[in-house]
Amino acid sequence: MEFPAASPPYVVAGFSVQRVMLQVLLALLPVAAVQLWLCGPGTLRLLAIASITALACEALALRLRRQAPQPFLRDGSVLVTAALLALALPPSLPWWLAVFGTAVAVLLGKHAYGGLGQNPFNPAMVGYAVLLVSFPLEMTRWSAPGAGWDALTGATALDALRTGLRESYTIEEIRRGAEFGTIGAADAEWVNLAALAGGLYLLARRIVRWQIPVAMLLGIALPAALAHGLDPGAHAGAMFHLASGATMLGAFFIATDPVSAATSDRGRLIYGAGIGLLTWIIRSYGSYPDGVAFAVLLMNLVVPLIDRVTVPRIHGHPKS
Amino acid sequence: MNTGNLLPAVAAVAVLALLLGAALGWIASILRSNPGALVERIDALLPQTQCGRCLYPGCRPYAQAIAAGEADIDRCPPGGETTVRALATLLDRPPRPLNPRYGVTLPPRVAVIDEARCIGCTRCLPACPVDAIVGASRSMHTVIAPQCTGCELCLPPCPVDCIAMVPISAPAVAAVGNARFASETA
Amino acid sequence: MRGGLRLDGHKSRPLEQPVIVAAPPRTAVVALDQGSGEDARPLVTPGATVRVGTRVAAGRGGSADLHSPVSGVLREITVLPTPQGTGRCLVIDADGRDELDPGIAPFDWQALEGAALIERLDAGGIAGLGGAAFPAAAKLATGREAGVDRLLLNGAECEPWICCDDALMRERAGDVVLGARVMLAACGAARATIAVEDDKPQAIAALEAAVAVCGDDRVEVLALPAVFPLGAEGPLIAAVTGREVPHDGLPPQVGVVCQNVGTAAAVARLVRDGMPCIARVVTVTGSGVRRPANIEARIGTPITELVAACDGYTDAPSPRHLIAGGSLTGRALATDAAGLTKGLNCVLVATADDLPPRGPEMPCIRCGDCATACPAGLLPQQLHRAARSDDADGLARFGLADCIECGCCDYVCPSAIPLTARFRAARARHRQHEEQRRRATEARARYDRHQQRIGAEAERERQAFEDARRRARDGAERSEPRSDASSGPDRD
Repeated sequence: MEFPAASPPYVVAGFSVQRVMLQVLLALLPVAAVQLWLCGPGTLRLLAIASITALACEALALRLRRQAPQPFLRDGSVLVTAALLALALPPSLPWWLAVFGTAVAVLLGKHAYGGLGQNPFNPAMVGYAVLLVSFPLEMTRWSAPGAGWDALTGATALDALRTGLRESYTIEEIRRGAEFGTIGAADAEWVNLAALAGGLYLLARRIVRWQIPVAMLLGIALPAALAHGLDPGAHAGAMFHLASGATMLGAFFIATDPVSAATSDRGRLIYGAGIGLLTWIIRSYGSYPDGVAFAVLLMNLVVPLIDRVTVPRIHGHPKS
Repeated sequence: MNTGNLLPAVAAVAVLALLLGAALGWIASILRSNPGALVERIDALLPQTQCGRCLYPGCRPYAQAIAAGEADIDRCPPGGETTVRALATLLDRPPRPLNPRYGVTLPPRVAVIDEARCIGCTRCLPACPVDAIVGASRSMHTVIAPQCTGCELCLPPCPVDCIAMVPISAPAVAAVGNARFASETA
Repeated sequence: MRGGLRLDGHKSRPLEQPVIVAAPPRTAVVALDQGSGEDARPLVTPGATVRVGTRVAAGRGGSADLHSPVSGVLREITVLPTPQGTGRCLVIDADGRDELDPGIAPFDWQALEGAALIERLDAGGIAGLGGAAFPAAAKLATGREAGVDRLLLNGAECEPWICCDDALMRERAGDVVLGARVMLAACGAARATIAVEDDKPQAIAALEAAVAVCGDDRVEVLALPAVFPLGAEGPLIAAVTGREVPHDGLPPQVGVVCQNVGTAAAVARLVRDGMPCIARVVTVTGSGVRRPANIEARIGTPITELVAACDGYTDAPSPRHLIAGGSLTGRALATDAAGLTKGLNCVLVATADDLPPRGPEMPCIRCGDCATACPAGLLPQQLHRAARSDDADGLARFGLADCIECGCCDYVCPSAIPLTARFRAARARHRQHEEQRRRATEARARYDRHQQRIGAEAERERQAFEDARRRARDGAERSEPRSDASSGPDRD
């Protein structure tokens, strides 16, 4: 009797890119829900616009590159990019800016480098950074906490912190402002909590590994705690930083983008720590209120170097 | 736009660029690598067929010509596209296709002497650049298949045209190469 | 061991019944290529009568001797399908009488000292029954020379579907322990450790009972976590002894000799009954056979007969794969006509139920799961990138030579990239490159010598010409005496 040929291994676990991306989208639901509750339907609008734009841009790019649309269009990676970008943007952003930002993220941040698996930079952060630098006014218009969905203000807690410190107020004085909540920023602390919940879910399902989130959170918390300990009036503490801005979202969803992150476990620790540290530095000494996006992009630049120096030891080879 | 600041800025950048460019060029001329070492590295990439299809008498003269800039890197058919690309990478030049004027790349072949027709004239012996043909006057000549590079320089001198080029995996070659050195009873 | 996978074993069905002892085959197809070393050299010619245990082929260059598994007549030596693909085989027609060769006799192993014992094991054709089929005697001799202190018996059997060692340890634990003691004497080690994965509690219990019975306190049983591929030699030695075999070395360098438990049982049979290695326990399993079982069969039994002993193939629809080995490292065979060899431990007739199809291949998303799973500590991601661009330096730097082709990276890859196949192809290309480079270096050396010789010859010719001319000139001068007259045309 004849049998067909095959090549080992003959079994696989059956994981797929699509499954990974779907789990990430699932884990983002708490964040979307909280943001919806706090800021109104703007987030939903942005999610819809970003998703549609992302899929359209992906299809266009695949056509231009003369590749088959399947299975790429179905793998959900571009939806994750769209979701992350939409959740990072202020809910009141004009729709055409959302379209522009998503298009930049997908076309410039992903397909210009060769599509899935080839981008050296986190596509969502590329889109966010381009928007932030090109349209700073619209990008910093957040709704005022507790004042209803339609009241807009330019300040987030981190923003107020920066401005306040520059005007020589102390941390305690600044913290009494309306933008601040119990531990962190007024609304953002809930978003961060939701992101933490989603992130723990991903950790439990082994979709992300612990190295990058833990390293990034430590990278923010340790310098913040140190600085706060040395000069409490001029630096906010670790808990504040962990609960403000895009910290948790960045730690579990943005920095963990596998394509642009470092390869080995040791490399990921360095990568995560670098992002955390840079985020804290930009927040404390830089011109932008939240440093996560730029920190991620800067560490993306360093990833090839990190990969080169953190090759693990092969079994049977001496420790060199 | 304040044009008053524009002109000095452009001038400053232009001067900086000129200075830095000149400095780079000067440093490059100082740090030029040892030409002899370059010939070695080029020769290491060539297949050592010693066939002369590049119109140089052997691989090393061709390597020297490349290093001296007298010959282009696309002349080696036995090396094929792989060698051209490797040379392009080494010399930091854009890769180019193999120049068909010097021949086409064939699968690896070795020379086999038809022992029924060989007359033992010894004309092919000195023609082989790697001394892969053994024989003596009026004795049988044979090609040591593992040493043959497939350069085909032995074909023209043979007066009875008894040498053929066969692909390296042909049973004839395998038989010649292996049978003499294996012992079988059954 | 780093990495590795915990897998569904699929081992329960064959173990529901005891080992079936199959009848000797009507026609034995004994492959000369046993998967290790060179083809064995036949010692008999077609038409010769052989008996069970008659030595029919001499091993060479890393292969063991072959003995006839049946009594009968050697019909022919011809190329037939084998578990390695195709190769020359001895085709022996059995006469059904199953007569033993008169040379078969048990011997007192305790009366022999190491080297002599190794010779008897060599003559018995004992080969690594774990799959490699490397001559056990050669391994033990190397170990003896290196002065190893530990004999490691591999009863891990970590790969899914394969359970022949488990069955052997459950039912013939005494043989395994006896074999361990014989091999201890042969290689001169101080201790023997039988390593078994902890998903085999009955086997562990049986072995411990057998060790207690024999009363030899140098032999111990050790339970290991059931992780694939802990049964591979490198990870196993590291897990049991904590020593790492250097990548360019062998286990005796770290004081260990590793043998399979099946090999130990074969050694036991040799010393107790005098029977050379002519049979083994093989697992025949998969959804494609009606009654999966472990079968003790003679070498040379065609796979068709093995399947028949399991009540034949099921009516499952195609495609069905016939895999020699397990579902991660086995080899897919083209036909079931091949004969059983010493290294064939499992015949897996796998249907689509057993082997879920792979998804389409996507680009690598750099998730790093492959590196987490790799037991050798490699970065399959980087290896894959280097293999795609044929980057020899990258392949060397990231350790292609250290890949044990276990398939763990393939298993976990979410992009369904056939990594193992790519690495195997890259290795083949690398061997080709190395071969080409070796030939080129040799050709260059010969060319240089050729040029020197030509140059030297030319130099000699020129020198001879110069000498001849000088002699001619001196001779001419001597024969024409110079006149002292000053007449001369160049007189001004």
